[in-house]
Amino acid sequence: MSAPTIEVRIPTILRPYTNSEKVVTAEALTLAELISALDNKYVGLGERLLENGELRRFINIYINDEDVRFMGSLAATLKAGDSVTILPAVAGGC
Amino acid sequence: MTLHISAAQVEAILEQSRVEYPDECCGVILGPEGSDSAQVLKPMVNSAHSPTFYEFDSKDLLALYRELDEKSQEIVVVYHSHTETEAYPSRTDISYASEPSAHYVLVSTRKEIAPENEFRSYRIIDGIVTEEEVVILS
Repeated sequence: MSAPTIEVRIPTILRPYTNSEKVVTAEALTLAELISALDNKYVGLGERLLENGELRRFINIYINDEDVRFMGSLAATLKAGDSVTILPAVAGGC
Repeated sequence: MTLHISAAQVEAILEQSRVEYPDECCGVILGPEGSDSAQVLKPMVNSAHSPTFYEFDSKDLLALYRELDEKSQEIVVVYHSHTETEAYPSRTDISYASEPSAHYVLVSTRKEIAPENEFRSYRIIDGIVTEEEVVILS
C-alpha cells in the first residue's frame, strides 16, 4: 500500500527548518514515518519533535482535530486527506 | 521594543491573577497579523492547575491557532502570573517560549509587595530575555 501524502502545518518557531514554508507535505502511513520523512526533507526538524525516540513533552501534534497523544502517539495512523498540525505548547512556570 | 497596552487590559490580567490565585493564570492578547497591536484579550485555562506551572490545554491551543489563521490574527501578548516569585521569566518560561514575535508579560501576586502588583513585559528569543518598556494607554 503506498503511503498517502499528508499536509503538515509548521509553527513559526520551526519554519527556519522548512525554508519558511508554513505548510509542507510528506508521504507516510504513521506519525513516526511522517516525522522521519519530514526530517529527511528538512534536516534537524525531527530532533525538534522527538527526544529519545518519543514525542517531546512540549510539542503538540494533532491529526485533524485530535491530539496524537490520544491516538497512540507515534504509532497513530494516517490516511489520505488527513491534515497534521504541529504546535509548541504554550507553557512555563516559576 | 515597547509594549503598548490598555489600562483595562492590564487591570483584567491582574484581576485574573488574583481570582485564579494560588494557581498561575495565563492567556493571550490577539491582534491583526503584523500589527503588534494588542487588541483582544483572551484568558486561557491553565490546564496544569498549579501554583508553579501553567500550560494551555491542548485542545484550546489548537482552537486558538485555528482562530488566528481564520481571522489573520496573531498572538501579540502571552501572559501568565507568578504566584510567589518575581515577575521575571523563569528558566522554564525561557525554555518553552516559542513565539519570537510575542511580548511575554509576567505579573506577580507575591505577598511581600502587596497590595502592589508587578506587571512587566519581555521579549524571549533563542533563550535571551530582554525586558521592555510597558506603555499603559488610558
